[in-house]
Amino acid sequence: MSGTQRDNGPANSTEAKKTDLRMNEKKCSWASYMTNSPTVIVMIGLPARGKTYMSKKLTRYLNWIGVPTKVFNLGVYRREAVRAYKSYDFFRHDNEEAMKIRKQCALVALQDVKAYLTEEGGQIAVFDATNTTRERRDLIQAFVKENAFKVFFVESVCDDPEVIAANILEVKVSSPDYPERHRERVMDDFLKRIECYKVTYQPLDPDDYDKDLSFIKVINVGRRFLVNRVQDYIQSKIVYYLMNIHVHSHSIYLCRHGESNHNIEGRIGGDSELSPRGKQFAHALREFIDEHELSDLKVWTSQLRRTIQTAEELGVPYEQWKILNEIDAGVCEEMTYEMIQETFPEEFALRDQDKYHYRYPGGESYQDLVQRLEPVIMELERQGNVLVVCHQAVMRCLLAYFLDKGADDLPYMKCPLHTVLKLTPVAYGCKVEMFYLNVEAVNTHRDRPLGNIPRDSAILHRRNSYTPLSSHDQVKRPRLYSAGNQPWLPLAPTPSALMPEGRQSQESLCEGIDFDSPEDSSGCVRF
Amino acid sequence: MLDNEEFMLDTYPRELTQNPLKKIWMPCRNGHIAQRRVCMTNCPTLIVTVGLPARGKTYISKKLTRYLNWIGVPTKEFNVGQYRRECLKIYKSFEFFRPDNEEGLKIRRQCATSALNDVRQYLSVEGGQVAVFDATNTTRERRGTIVKFAEQNGFKVFFVESVCEDPEVIAQNIVQVKLGSPDYIHCNSEEAIEDFMKRIKCYESSYQPLDEVLDRDLSYIKIMDVGRRYLVNRVVDHIQSRIVYYLMNIHITPRSIYLCRHGESDLNIKGRIGGDSGLSARGKEFAKHLRKFIQEQNIKDLKVWTSQMKRTIQTAECLGAPYEQWKSLNEIDAGVCEEMMYEEIQEHYPLEFALRDQDKYRYRYPKGESYEDLVQRLEPVIMELERQENILVICHQAVMRCLLAYFLDKTADELPYLNCPLHTVLKLTPVAYGCKVESVYLGVDSVNTHRDRPENVNVQRSTEDALQTVPAHF
Repeated sequence: MSGTQRDNGPANSTEAKKTDLRMNEKKCSWASYMTNSPTVIVMIGLPARGKTYMSKKLTRYLNWIGVPTKVFNLGVYRREAVRAYKSYDFFRHDNEEAMKIRKQCALVALQDVKAYLTEEGGQIAVFDATNTTRERRDLIQAFVKENAFKVFFVESVCDDPEVIAANILEVKVSSPDYPERHRERVMDDFLKRIECYKVTYQPLDPDDYDKDLSFIKVINVGRRFLVNRVQDYIQSKIVYYLMNIHVHSHSIYLCRHGESNHNIEGRIGGDSELSPRGKQFAHALREFIDEHELSDLKVWTSQLRRTIQTAEELGVPYEQWKILNEIDAGVCEEMTYEMIQETFPEEFALRDQDKYHYRYPGGESYQDLVQRLEPVIMELERQGNVLVVCHQAVMRCLLAYFLDKGADDLPYMKCPLHTVLKLTPVAYGCKVEMFYLNVEAVNTHRDRPLGNIPRDSAILHRRNSYTPLSSHDQVKRPRLYSAGNQPWLPLAPTPSALMPEGRQSQESLCEGIDFDSPEDSSGCVRF
Repeated sequence: MLDNEEFMLDTYPRELTQNPLKKIWMPCRNGHIAQRRVCMTNCPTLIVTVGLPARGKTYISKKLTRYLNWIGVPTKEFNVGQYRRECLKIYKSFEFFRPDNEEGLKIRRQCATSALNDVRQYLSVEGGQVAVFDATNTTRERRGTIVKFAEQNGFKVFFVESVCEDPEVIAQNIVQVKLGSPDYIHCNSEEAIEDFMKRIKCYESSYQPLDEVLDRDLSYIKIMDVGRRYLVNRVVDHIQSRIVYYLMNIHITPRSIYLCRHGESDLNIKGRIGGDSGLSARGKEFAKHLRKFIQEQNIKDLKVWTSQMKRTIQTAECLGAPYEQWKSLNEIDAGVCEEMMYEEIQEHYPLEFALRDQDKYRYRYPKGESYEDLVQRLEPVIMELERQENILVICHQAVMRCLLAYFLDKTADELPYLNCPLHTVLKLTPVAYGCKVESVYLGVDSVNTHRDRPENVNVQRSTEDALQTVPAHF
């Protein structure tokens, strides 16, 4: 890791302000400690090598684990600049006019990258373009150095003509560049486009020219990888992720356990058994699986009785994962929402304020859940056909990963009982099919409350437990209560609605996430 | 992850019962609970190291074995050098390794075969899941033999090659691990180094590194220049992917890991487990002593990690240095027993209390966790600790036991009884193939929270027997 973290002295105030915003955005993220400087991931490769596929997937994954990431696709910029795409001639390396436009586009894109990483709270920018010449990569490196970013290259090399043809068919035929979609003509033009690039393609040279760069070379869709000089945690996670994804077609089925006795009573959490209707659902699920004739279907459940009972009915082997257990509601376990509102009214209100970050006292938050579920996601990426029988909050988290939903939407996604969602990766995204298995069940979904929740401009204030702190950029972010400052400081003033009378004690010291920035704006993190 | 092994034989749906120790719901047939095996792979895996001498193969083998065992994958290493030493009894000189030494070649081949037989025994009969075959394996011929052996026995093969031409690294390896080897017990350093360099030369002429083209169908990772670069080919399953990830995160830069618990807490004093209490007066005193200790150690670029519980954070606050909070470092969740004294647990849950003493590693508190769960929870922490350099981790008793067990290669049976007293810092420094431990007591009194395994773990035991080893408290 870099050596700049040691410095405990008070930070330069403009530096502190600049990074405060970014640091705000990353509060509580378990992944927030990972990097010090923002990172630019630079894709490299001829057209139809899966760069955009990897860019989008990687971005989706990083955002899901809490690292604000954005893709900057040069093709989009080019299409903005040159309204009507005529033919592959635009990409000929001797087409000077076009070369000028393309370079200009790259510069504009890089400016947007800079804005995202320095002003908009971004942590990682994925620069999705061919970047096949040393000249272009040197330009990017100069930009990165000037802005004190880190850079990590991801090169996709593929010489399997079948893979390339399949890529072209799947994503290029429907590209905005080819509105008429006449397959053969598209294929023909696109192959000629690739030839234009081949002339000037200088792959990364690990033995000489590029030996000091940090990069991963993905060869033949993941058959082989060359990894050079991984610098930090986030790069190591990126490498691990890229090494685990594949492009074979497979489907992931997500569903909840059958209706449980607690569900009927409106109680959350616990470890109750299936109700009679729940058992019916399990039976219907078995039929569903038989109908769909899924070869080699793996079945995963949590370690709570209701999912296991559901899986038992299927008559196939299943694996139990403790990490698929429902969100731990701590002191609220097995209560109904009415009971929670009565017993812990402030907690109830806090949860509605920011359902993603809210952690039940003695329990978990959705954010904790995402961290817990990361190995499941990684393994789902590796697998073929899988049926995951889980729980409402867990299913929301998994679904948010596949459908690229942010922290705002995740806790309100609809995951009704007795409904199976079939997810099939397609092109750059995921096709979702919903199958309601025709067995009635209670509705356990609680909508986002409308209107009058007092939107606290500061952060969640808890009474009885420690709110997680993010101490990501050590040097640049002195916290009020560390680095030699008096630890026992009272809380910043809070809206009295949330704090019961006279409760500011020393115990509440480390609550609240951020006292540093006076210009604390919107409370919720936007990912 | 557990495997359901008996699906073929039953009618559905089967009744579920909860295993009283691990709190796992399992189908039960005729009142018998199905035996389950934690399984990460379908068939056993044979990891084969490749590389010239002094390239870190044994270092990697031992570390990988330690890691895999810690996460629950039964793994064992088989070092062919050991077999050779047993066979030869006395090592004379590098001449034994000369490529034209027929006698030597015969013995070495025999040793390899003998080791492979033991591998087969371990993987097919003794229930091992991964075997690490630690030898040079520098010729394609030798590797071919191993691949065939694996095929015959239904094992998967994964090669780990270490390539390094940096003379400094090699020299350091030799000094750190070869000089102390049984082979050189009667030599002085210069003689040993000279002989060893000649030994390396013997292998060099016949060395055929894994080749991108010729070996394209093999699964392997090629580690170059101590981790500067990696080439990964055809990873086929979960365990290989985890192994690759682990190998890519370890390093050999010298550094120290400091482990300690939070200062004594209010609940500690009362003899209560779990909870989220603050530091007692003595605990705060400890935090100050910790600050002084850290300053005196004069550690370069020290990182500090805590859990998200008040007592560790309060301890770190006194250090006057930035720190990271990890929820994964939180103490083991005692579920319904949270904030109870051992006496109360015995009173309200005598069966649970007894079960815990019977198998403390696997025992899961009702609605809580087991040490086994804790290890799974801590795996990302270990991975990140491997990436780090100098670091101080302020955590909790059970958590510290798990981390310590990883670094000191303790078994699941030993782990829950490792001694991790309050107000004591353990300094771990990787050295040679293991870890040097220095224990520093910072001179501030505290209660003792260590409860030994009592003699009587029978569920019918008396209260007196159950509470025999409970430490004193206020």
